Amino acid sequence: MTDIIDQLAGLAPGGTVDALRRHRPATRDNAQASYDALFTHFDEAHASLAERAAIAQFVAILHDDVPVGEHYVALNRRAGDGALVSTIATLAAAARTTGPYGEYPADGPLAPESVVGPRFAVDDEVRSVLGERLAAALEHAHLLVFRPRESSVAALAALGDAGWSTDGIVTLSQLVSFLAFQLRVAAGLRLLTTKDAA
Amino acid sequence: MTEQTIDHPVAQPVTDASDGTPVRILTHPGASVPLAFTQAELDWLPWLEPADEATLSERQFEGLVDRSRAKSDYFRLLVRDPDILRARTLTDKDIFYNAKDGLPRAERELAAAATSRFNGCIFCASVHARFATHHSKRHDDVQRLLDEGIDGEQDAAWRAVIDAAVALAATPSRLESRHLDALRAAGYDEQAVSDVIHSAAFFNWANRLMLSLGEPENPPGE
Repeated sequence: MTDIIDQLAGLAPGGTVDALRRHRPATRDNAQASYDALFTHFDEAHASLAERAAIAQFVAILHDDVPVGEHYVALNRRAGDGALVSTIATLAAAARTTGPYGEYPADGPLAPESVVGPRFAVDDEVRSVLGERLAAALEHAHLLVFRPRESSVAALAALGDAGWSTDGIVTLSQLVSFLAFQLRVAAGLRLLTTKDAA
Repeated sequence: MTEQTIDHPVAQPVTDASDGTPVRILTHPGASVPLAFTQAELDWLPWLEPADEATLSERQFEGLVDRSRAKSDYFRLLVRDPDILRARTLTDKDIFYNAKDGLPRAERELAAAATSRFNGCIFCASVHARFATHHSKRHDDVQRLLDEGIDGEQDAAWRAVIDAAVALAATPSRLESRHLDALRAAGYDEQAVSDVIHSAAFFNWANRLMLSLGEPENPPGE
């Protein structure tokens, strides 16, 4: 069975990075099990496969990682509403920025470290295409990706207003946060691999 | 991680979600929220209702991995999706505790603390700065990371770990081969370099959960 991080990082079987990963089998297996719990074997009651795939495509493109982006575009094309793939690709490309940024409390000692940046919002026209649930999920995903320190009660309330259940919000949070991990492991191991080729 | 219960939260029903389950947002108007990075022990207050401890299923206990985590609001909130919690927990434990070779424990915790400092997770930074101090016995160096930030002065090996963790935490990642070369030059072998990548990457997962599902609180009396 294909290991998803091997695939995303382009790791060759038998290479030095493959050996490093196989020396930590619990990490390797549970990174895969995490992916499977979110995208392969799961209960759709609180977050459908179509929603998961659409959010993952958006998050991968926000990270500007081509192989990971292609993987989740393909997943969304297979699993989701095919018509949304290009809408989300366009939306994510336009919403791309650099992070992390965000404001700290103005009356606190970290205020000098505040960095103001974009707060992504889906406009009404795109919202009508995506629906309230998915639009709210993408707004929350952008918050988690780029300015997690600006997380708030209000951000969770917005998800609730859009129809996300408490269980669904937990799954959505895990999905976006897991991708932040998976994308970085893939990016880091890809760099380690370039030494193999040298 | 935290071992406390909700202290007089104010529940605000937002709406009825599509499946009929109301989302109750918990706010903590009386909480003393820390405003600076610290190595002190903090509590964590959830903004959503944790699962009821009395009715946890066997599958949920499997998700918690350690049954004692049923006492933690954080893990009882995450156990609403038990399968991803279980896989996440087992990933976490191996990345940080499987240290018979590769990167020493102290530097794994340093990578976690540096990532948390850069992302702005005061709670995560407090836990892992404390662990970094415990394993390295270098309280002042760890405190300098918290007080002065990621650019505060450190020796070459810690500089290399912090720089790699921070570069990887950026979105998009700014990690380059020179970061990995600096780790090698500081004496870390390839397994240890891979461990830096995993320790730092994992905290981009953990920070986002802790920051977005609740808030830190100074313990009573602080």
